[in-house]
Order: sequence, then C-alpha cells, then structure tokens
Amino acid sequence: MKIAVCVKRVPDTESRIRIGAGGAGIDEAGVKFILNPYDEYAVEEALQRREKAGAGEVIVVALGPDAAQETIRVALAMGADRGVLLKADAIPPDGLAVAKALAAELRDGGYDLVLFGKLAVDDYNHQVGVMVAELLGLPCISSVAKLAIEGGAVTAEREIEGGIEVSACALPAVLTCDKSLNTPRYPALKGIMAAKKKPIEVKPAQLGAVRLQVAALTPPAERKEGRIVGEGVAAVPELVRLLRTEAKVL
Amino acid sequence: MANVLAVTEQRAGALRKVSLEVVAAARLLADQLGGTVDALVIGAPGVSAAALGAAGADRVLSAEHASFASYAPDGYAATVAAAARSGGYGAVVLAASATGRDLAPRVAVLLDAPLAMDVTGLATDGGAVVATRPIYAGKVIEALRFSSSPALVAVRPNTFQPAAAGKAGTVARTEAVVPAARVTVLEVKEAQGGVVDVAEADVVVSGGRGLKGPEHFALIEDLAGAFGNAAVGASRAVVDAGWRPHGEQVGQTGKTVSPSLYVAVGISGAIQHLAGMRTAKTIVAINKDKDAPIFKVADYGIVGDLFEIVPKLAEEIRKARAG
Repeated sequence: MKIAVCVKRVPDTESRIRIGAGGAGIDEAGVKFILNPYDEYAVEEALQRREKAGAGEVIVVALGPDAAQETIRVALAMGADRGVLLKADAIPPDGLAVAKALAAELRDGGYDLVLFGKLAVDDYNHQVGVMVAELLGLPCISSVAKLAIEGGAVTAEREIEGGIEVSACALPAVLTCDKSLNTPRYPALKGIMAAKKKPIEVKPAQLGAVRLQVAALTPPAERKEGRIVGEGVAAVPELVRLLRTEAKVL
Repeated sequence: MANVLAVTEQRAGALRKVSLEVVAAARLLADQLGGTVDALVIGAPGVSAAALGAAGADRVLSAEHASFASYAPDGYAATVAAAARSGGYGAVVLAASATGRDLAPRVAVLLDAPLAMDVTGLATDGGAVVATRPIYAGKVIEALRFSSSPALVAVRPNTFQPAAAGKAGTVARTEAVVPAARVTVLEVKEAQGGVVDVAEADVVVSGGRGLKGPEHFALIEDLAGAFGNAAVGASRAVVDAGWRPHGEQVGQTGKTVSPSLYVAVGISGAIQHLAGMRTAKTIVAINKDKDAPIFKVADYGIVGDLFEIVPKLAEEIRKARAG
C-alpha cells in the first residue's frame, strides 16, 4: 500500500502568538513549532495501514519553509519512509493555491491513500485536504473518526452535529483525520536516529494563483474585566440574579 | 455581481438553525453590495423552505432530488456550483458546520474560487469582499480580502444573528445535479435524546480536571439540563484522559464556541482552552483556585468547591427558569 501523508509545521498550541512588526504575519521569535496535532493521527493511520498490509511505503509531504524539514523528520521518526518538502517561504492564506501545489505533487504518484489532518491549528483553514481530493478527482471523506478498509472498500465515520455520519468510498481515496481515529505513537530513540538517514526531497512549491490576501491582523477584542461574585454556595443566588438581570441569559 | 447565494442546510427535511444565520450573513453582504439574496435549499422532494423568506432571502431556490435526503457530497457540491454559475453571484455563503466544512472546499474547486472558512465578520471594501476570521484558535483575528469573484465564505455557527423580520421570498426550482457519487453516505446515527452540539449550542456547560473523575460529569450534565438545552463541553485534559468524547472538547484542538453563556466548571483555563471559548457572550467560572487563569476571562466567578456549588446552581437555575 502506497500512502501519502500531507503534514504542516505549526506553532505549538501552548504558544503565545504575537503579531509581527509588519502586521501581516506573526512574530516567530521564541515560538516553538510542532507537527500539526491532527497530522499526527494521519501519520499514525498511515503507519498502521502499512503494517497491516505487510508491505508498502509511507511518504510524508509538507509545504512550507526550509524549517518544515524538521516537521517531516518527526513523521520519519515515527516510522514514515521518506519525505518531500514543497518549498514555499510563506504559506498563503488561500487554501486553494496550496491545494493546487499539493495536487500537482500527488497527481502521478500512484497512491492508494492520501491522508491529511482534518485542519491545521494555525490558520484553521479546514479545506486543503478536501480540495486536493477534488482537484485529483478522488473520493474524499473528511474528519474521519473511525475507519475500516477492506479489499479496496473504505467505510468511515465522521462526527456531525448531534450524531455520526457513516460514509463509504473506494480506494484510491483522500481522507482527513480527526482526533479519535487512533493514538499516535511517540518517536522512539531508534526511530529518531533512523530518521536522520531517511531522504527528504526538496523542490519548489508550484502554488496556484493567490486570490485571498491578508488585509490585516489584529489582536482579539479584550474581554472587559470580570469579577468574582463570591465564595462557595453562598454566592450562587447572587450569580443567578446577575445572569438574569445583568447578563440577561436566563 | 452584487447578488449573493446563501447555501442552507437541512436535516431530515427540516431547516437547521444555522441556515437562518447563513441567510443573515448573505443579507449583510448583499445590502453592502447592493444586490439580492437567493437562498438555496438542497433536499429530497418536499423539503421545507418556507422559513427562508422571513429570514431575509429575496428568493428561495429549491433543488430537490430523491438522493438528496441526506448529505451527498458529490451531488450537493455539483448542485451548489451549478446554481452559483447560473446566477453569476458575487459571493456564495455557506455554513462552517460539519457538512459545510466538507461541502465548501468541494464547491471552491468546482468554481475555481478561493474560500474563507469559519468567518465571523463580513464587510466590503471597494466592491471586494473582506472576511474576518479567528486564527490560532482566536489568538489573532485575520481579515482576508478577496481579489476574485465569487467570494466563497463559510460562516461560523452562532455568529450571525438571524433577521427578526425579512422579505416575502418567492420560491423557484433550480437544477439538482446528480453526478456519479464517489462518496455515499450510508447512514446517519443520531445521538439519543436530541443532544445539542457544543459548537452550536446557546449555552455550554464545560467540565475539567477539577471534577476528579468521569463519573462526576453527571453534575455537569445535570447543570446543562437545568438550562434546558445546554450542551456539555470538556477540557482537553479530560478528553485526553478518556473521561469524555473528543466531540465535546473545547479549545484549540477541539471546538471553538461562541454561545450566549459559557459555564466553565473545574477548568483552570489553559491558553489553548481560552482560545476556544473567549468569544462567548457571557462566561461564568467555578473553580477552587482563585488565581486560576479562567477568572481573567470570566464575567462572573465563584471561588469554591464545585461539588457543593454546582448542585446548588442547578437548583437555583431551575427555580429561576420556572419562575
């Protein structure tokens, strides 16, 4: 089974994010970058599928700056076979432009399965995986929380508001992965050492036309100073009164 | 190019609440562009469309097909794209719901038009659509300017207020496009008892580590019940510990919520959690640690033992709502 996993380098979710001097990007000084948490599920799923099939190859594809090679190495340390970096110094906010670059790389790869995380926790664009599938003319099930693949037939569950949607498609397919799909492994020391020797091919990203521009970045509106209503159960009646008369939510 | 297409959502033939919000967002854009709003309803024959005129649509377009009773990714996308092309719209507005997040990127490719996801504000600047959206889970607000048309935007649930009174929309048929389905929805398993999703609920009651064990979430469920139709949420710590399902997680690797009221119980307020709920209109925090970061964003806080406070609060809320 030949599987591609598309990953992204993102700031750690525990990072404080400050807007950079130019106002068009974030200040990366002191920010720790990680493999996008949802992509970990995609990498893990690919590894498990390869192990189950007994043969195959897992190729990690990232689009981003040179530093994204470190992100690819994390996936290689988990057990992926090789990496491809589509080099772009800045990732545009236009998800379709990004999807076109990834689709161009994946189109003739002969992949049985292409996996993405369901979203990246930096820009929350939540669109690139599905777009790549559509550009390639492949079936796509997004935000997969449970997955079965039997003889080329895919059955997947995804969470919808107040329920679960069960979908089916055939391989080759593109899937985007949600949190409850599996438990990602930690890279073992042996894996980290082995990853250093695994190849990463670097080539320029063939981005599509960028038709969405960042007009401004602003900090979120500050919440007005709140107050401690009181301590213990004695404060409950006052809280309820405030919710009713001041906040008017009851 | 001043007209706007609003792509609505139905489940089992009934319009979802977010559909009215999509129409409201489309109305807002159309008024600025000087155009009209067409609301598209996709469903099985007989799907209800009556409410959309009142929500602010000038015209309702109904695309009916037997295969459209539940979500059909390929057919829905092709139908939206066909409607968008035939109307020559300047903008297409969808919902950033579970279905919309799957549908909108497909439509973007079919129309070769860029998409702004999870939009919380809409404006125009010299005829161009500018969409505002939180990134880094709300740590930064990004304004995106479209330099092409149509502008595709998917709006975050619970953000745009449905119009109180609107226009008397007329209903017209539009083509249901049914390509060979690459993906088939086999079944929708409804959660029992009309559970409200945390991302769309008007009131969210969330629990964290302070509850000490999964069995104590009964307290959270009871408090949610006291509010009527509140949803239960959870912090990442308790989801990672396996106490609660991932679908309930609020925060940067969970859901971002904007309810009228958010009640955080036994949640200290990690930065990634605050990012997910800071746009709630009113925030209440109950925590034993008076220095917990959650109190910095809470409008009202009670310091103390949640095991005493929560049952009393549920009781008082029930009384207040009954009276």
